Amino acid sequence: MIAAAEKIAGPEIDWAGLSPLIAVFVGALVVLMLGLVVSRAARETAVPALSIVTLAVAIGLSVGQWGEREDLIAGALRLDELTLVMTILFCVAGIAAVLLSWRHLAPREAAHGEYHALLLTSIAGMIVLVAAQNLVSVFLGLELLSIPLYVLCATEMRRASSLESGLKYLVVGSLGSATLLYGLAFLYGATGSTDFSGIAAALGGEGDIVTDPLLLTGIALTIVGLAFKGSVAPFHQWTPDVYEGAPTPITAFMAVATKAAAFGVMLRLFDVALIDAAVDWAPPLAVLAAITIIVGNVGALGQTSLKRLLAYSSVAQAGYMLAGVVVANRLGMQATVFYIAVYLVMNLAAFAVIVARERETPLGDDIASLNGIGATRPLLAWPMTIAMLALAGFPATAGFIGKFYLIDASVDGGYTWLAVFIVVGSMISLAYYLKVIAAIWMTPSEDEAGDVVVAAPLAGGDQPVLAGGSDEATGLRAQGEVVAVAVVFGALTVILGVVPSPLFDVVRDVGAALGLL
Amino acid sequence: MTLHLSIMLWLPLALGVIGLAAPPRFAGKLALLGCALVLGYAITFLIDFESGASGLQYLTDETWIGELGISYKLGIDGLNVLLVALAGIAWFACTLWATFTEWERPRLFYFHMALAETAVLGALLAQDLALFVVFFDLMLVPFFFLTGMWGGARRVQATMKLVIYTLVGSLLMLTAAVATGVLAAQGDLALSFAFSDLAERPLAESSQQWIFLFFAAAFLVKMPMFPLHGWMPDGYRAMPLPALAVFSAVLSKVAAYGFLRVCLPLFPDASEQFQTLLLLIALASILYGSAMAFTTTEARLILGYSSIAQLGFIVLGIFALNEQGAQGGLLQALNHGLVVVPAFFIVALLAARCGGSQDIRDMGGIGMRAPVLATLFLIVAFATLAMPGSSNFVGEFYILLGVFTEKIVIAIVASAGVVLAAFYTLRLFITTMHNRTGARVESRELTFREGLVLVPLVLLIIAIALYPQFGLERSEKTVSAVTAPVAPQSAVTAEGVAIPEADR
Repeated sequence: MIAAAEKIAGPEIDWAGLSPLIAVFVGALVVLMLGLVVSRAARETAVPALSIVTLAVAIGLSVGQWGEREDLIAGALRLDELTLVMTILFCVAGIAAVLLSWRHLAPREAAHGEYHALLLTSIAGMIVLVAAQNLVSVFLGLELLSIPLYVLCATEMRRASSLESGLKYLVVGSLGSATLLYGLAFLYGATGSTDFSGIAAALGGEGDIVTDPLLLTGIALTIVGLAFKGSVAPFHQWTPDVYEGAPTPITAFMAVATKAAAFGVMLRLFDVALIDAAVDWAPPLAVLAAITIIVGNVGALGQTSLKRLLAYSSVAQAGYMLAGVVVANRLGMQATVFYIAVYLVMNLAAFAVIVARERETPLGDDIASLNGIGATRPLLAWPMTIAMLALAGFPATAGFIGKFYLIDASVDGGYTWLAVFIVVGSMISLAYYLKVIAAIWMTPSEDEAGDVVVAAPLAGGDQPVLAGGSDEATGLRAQGEVVAVAVVFGALTVILGVVPSPLFDVVRDVGAALGLL
Repeated sequence: MTLHLSIMLWLPLALGVIGLAAPPRFAGKLALLGCALVLGYAITFLIDFESGASGLQYLTDETWIGELGISYKLGIDGLNVLLVALAGIAWFACTLWATFTEWERPRLFYFHMALAETAVLGALLAQDLALFVVFFDLMLVPFFFLTGMWGGARRVQATMKLVIYTLVGSLLMLTAAVATGVLAAQGDLALSFAFSDLAERPLAESSQQWIFLFFAAAFLVKMPMFPLHGWMPDGYRAMPLPALAVFSAVLSKVAAYGFLRVCLPLFPDASEQFQTLLLLIALASILYGSAMAFTTTEARLILGYSSIAQLGFIVLGIFALNEQGAQGGLLQALNHGLVVVPAFFIVALLAARCGGSQDIRDMGGIGMRAPVLATLFLIVAFATLAMPGSSNFVGEFYILLGVFTEKIVIAIVASAGVVLAAFYTLRLFITTMHNRTGARVESRELTFREGLVLVPLVLLIIAIALYPQFGLERSEKTVSAVTAPVAPQSAVTAEGVAIPEADR
């Protein structure tokens, strides 16, 4: 027995390289235990505080390793700037989600320890996913990120739509995972390797493996599987329902972090492992990107629920990012990473405002909840305005630079028609983003407008009653941290729009790490 | 390298931001201070400008986003020096006029006015295509809020229409701008959007074509020109007056300026190819605008439609693709801007004298007890209809002269526009100032402070009527350089002297 164990030498493990991941896992365990403490103060304050500390430590460890490039655990994971920048983004999104969840209904109903432990586990899964350079670890990461999220969606247990959201996500997500797993198996079958470098070598070698039906099937199923996760049309149908039903802090987290993870793995899988098979996957992905842009933007037009609106907007934005993946060169991948970061900043500002208004008004996430806040709540009105302008791609916001970069990459990579789609999508998107801004600044608040506005969302059914927050969580006092999130990310949106150079330096390192041309 | 342009550019915005934090009663004063300083700067540039020198003056050139080849490059030359001055004058006058009114949420109002000024100045001063696009799109944001928050009836719908219309054009322009930079940087050339670099890297003719059309769409919507003017009636009805005056006076000129700055030098082949199309659009705008101005009864819309006609002349001049035409177009841009600001103020005064109605059928006889107002209006009206002796006459003369040498039929038809201008302008004047006194009309003289704004503007109109060369000689050198790639055969200056090849 001992002799056998000696024969199977374990792989060399670089603990420092894994440290952000380990920090998040350990944090998840500690938080889970801390949630069992009897004292209510400990549960309600210490658990979120410790979660934030954990994520901050993970960010610190990631920053400390900037510039390191190596394989971890026998090549299962890759430590490079892409992994690190994504880790930082997930942790930032996680911190924002914890802050938005603090004093929210969901963690109280689901128990604080479990809620935060699940959140941290999901982040750990995301880190594994973007670091993965082996088909097995891709799937491992994907499941590790998905399963906690299925639960988190359903944490407002007394609200039917939250449960529905969780169930829907579970069913659709499992379908996506199964499809992906099938695709990964085909990829292994075609190339004889689960390792990304092995796959790339097999594709770059002799023979016409690029036209092998086995490989084509594998690529197609993989695209479909990842498209489910990244909510790329036509596999996006779950997105509005799940986003609407889930507790808003979780929606915010899913919208930014899950999407970032899905695109992170797409970059590594398509633009590194399958780069030599680009003829196979680039045209269909380009078509998917175009469809996604149109479907997302058109779908958002008629929405009155802000969460549904942002869900469709996130579909459209996924289309923009996909354009960067399609281009499959260094510029394209840099533009994608840039846009992911910018997208995270813009959306967190917007979702923070939605959380704040859900608690302040009985209107839930209806657009009417924003009516007139330009006059009454400037600290919420400005971040929301900036976020909407940025999502629409107005200059002097980070969204403009991000879009500029994507268009630049598309044109440079010979996909000018895709650039035109991005622009046409932006045109359509104006109609709904501006509707939100008009509600903020140009519509009188419900007090002035009388009961007409108040009556409108009640037609929406049972949703606003509990989504509006519990009796205790309601009120202006309990909102300091939510407003802070909105203001910080709103300000960041403008700052990155005027001084984008630091972010450009980061994505240049990422581009260099993947060694694309 | 100097900081002066940057100071002038950011000053209004800086004071606007300070105004957001200051007590509301200071907001207007701070904004006015910003406008006054910009005006002072603009006048200094105008006087200090070296007419003989070609190339950019007061150049500022810093890298903004190195990765994307975007530089923060500002400069003044013959193309923009007059328009910068126009922006300074229009904003000062309109902000001063705005302080006469009590605005709801004044800090935000003046902040948006200031942001608009910074954006417009940025678009005029930018010497980098990407920077130009940034400021050109940014111009829209404050007007979205100004119209939507302080506008008249149906303001939200109007502002949506305005923004969506113009931004559709602007986004097409964004794609076109990126494509220009990327396609120009073929081989081992570094990506750069600076106009000077792009001018040295001509694009293939097929690329020029679609890029030109995208740019043209953006500019034509912004002006607006005839088939793309759908937002104009609602927008003009809803915009608060000071914002409307600067919009009509300056923003439309930025679009015309865009043709001269971007399209002619960078896409010369496409400019020649689409010359007839643009001339026909301009012609249609002149005829349509004049006809509508003659039939509508809303005072604001008369000015709106007359602007379409006047901008038609400007485009006509630019797409004569020779020096006279472009000179005339530029001069006419200045003239129209200077004329339309007092014209909108007068419309506001008229409305105040007939119970708030904007309909000219309710007006009439207002001139009875207001001789000063009537006189000022008459001068403005004469300038609008390009009375011989006015600077507008010189501008239109140059434009028609330029077109005559290129497309004689179009020039002859366009001449009808000059006559039509007399029709609609005099109709506006007569029905409001003379005619039978309207039921609710209460004729009274303009107040001292209203005169304080109007009289200098009218004096300015008279001044450039007496000495139009002031503008022409400043723009001449640059205009001939800009039109050189598209009109090699007609290298004739305003004085009829051929420029030696080496100078161009």
